[in-house]
Amino acid sequence: MRSSQFSAACGAFLSMYVLAAAAQTGTPQAPSGPAAMWKAECASCHMAYPPGLLPERSWRKMMAELDQHFGQNASLDAAATKAILGYLAENSAERGTSRRSARFLGAVPANAIPLRITANAHFVREHREVTPDVWKLPKVGSPANCNACHSDAEEGSFSGRNVKIPR
Amino acid sequence: MPNFVSTKFLRAALPVLLAMSWMGAHAASPGELLQGYAAQSRKEDPAFKEFSASAGDKFYHASVKHSSGRQISCATCHTDSPRNAGKHDKTSKEIPPLAPSVNKTRFTDSGNAEKWFKRNCQDVLERACTTQEKGNFIAYILSVK
Repeated sequence: MRSSQFSAACGAFLSMYVLAAAAQTGTPQAPSGPAAMWKAECASCHMAYPPGLLPERSWRKMMAELDQHFGQNASLDAAATKAILGYLAENSAERGTSRRSARFLGAVPANAIPLRITANAHFVREHREVTPDVWKLPKVGSPANCNACHSDAEEGSFSGRNVKIPR
Repeated sequence: MPNFVSTKFLRAALPVLLAMSWMGAHAASPGELLQGYAAQSRKEDPAFKEFSASAGDKFYHASVKHSSGRQISCATCHTDSPRNAGKHDKTSKEIPPLAPSVNKTRFTDSGNAEKWFKRNCQDVLERACTTQEKGNFIAYILSVK
């Protein structure tokens, strides 16, 4: 066996070893890009809210105070915080091209740095017909649980046609 | 030096070796992860012997009074048994079971375990957990079949 063949064989064997080891421990593969990290980290406690629902300054504040995130500690290590903030900033309401981003942004007062998406005036207006008892349904729980009624919310779609209130 | 340890070989193998060492730093079996905490405990306290699943059981179920006035414990979100799926206290999002006996992905990544200890100890106990507490906790979770 020539040395190049040998090294190729070793490389192939080692790759298999790595894959087998990963499969054996059932380790969730570390998310690679910032978008995957955003989804994996933010969606571990709640739906990963589309970045276009808040201005960049809000995401900067949010990511700077993750240890006090709506009353809970959601801290991340510095590398993950930086990568996810980069993704959020690049896709924030100012950068978004959708009509929705523009409307959410338009409802934010010039000097405000809002954190709570559900307090946005456009959000409130869009949900004016939703009565308090609907928010309290066991399968809804709170206005923050978008995907309880918007079946495609995780994909960033909030079309009124896809709204289905759970029973 | 044997001739197969060539530059070519190193070039081919290096990414793989790096991947393996990276995995070594993060991925482990729950038992290996627990051994890591045991090594840490021995460093902190030479008299350390072993972790206690029964102490972990008590810790998991111990209800503490939070400064918000609420009585809470690990079981508040993770339910009475780590075999069950839990529910996030605020968002109601499902929390997959903690016990590796029903959820193989649990306690296989030291970074992930530390991330959640840091968050949850602060949220429930309003302080960091000790290495002894973390080890007891994992010993209990692993004992739940």
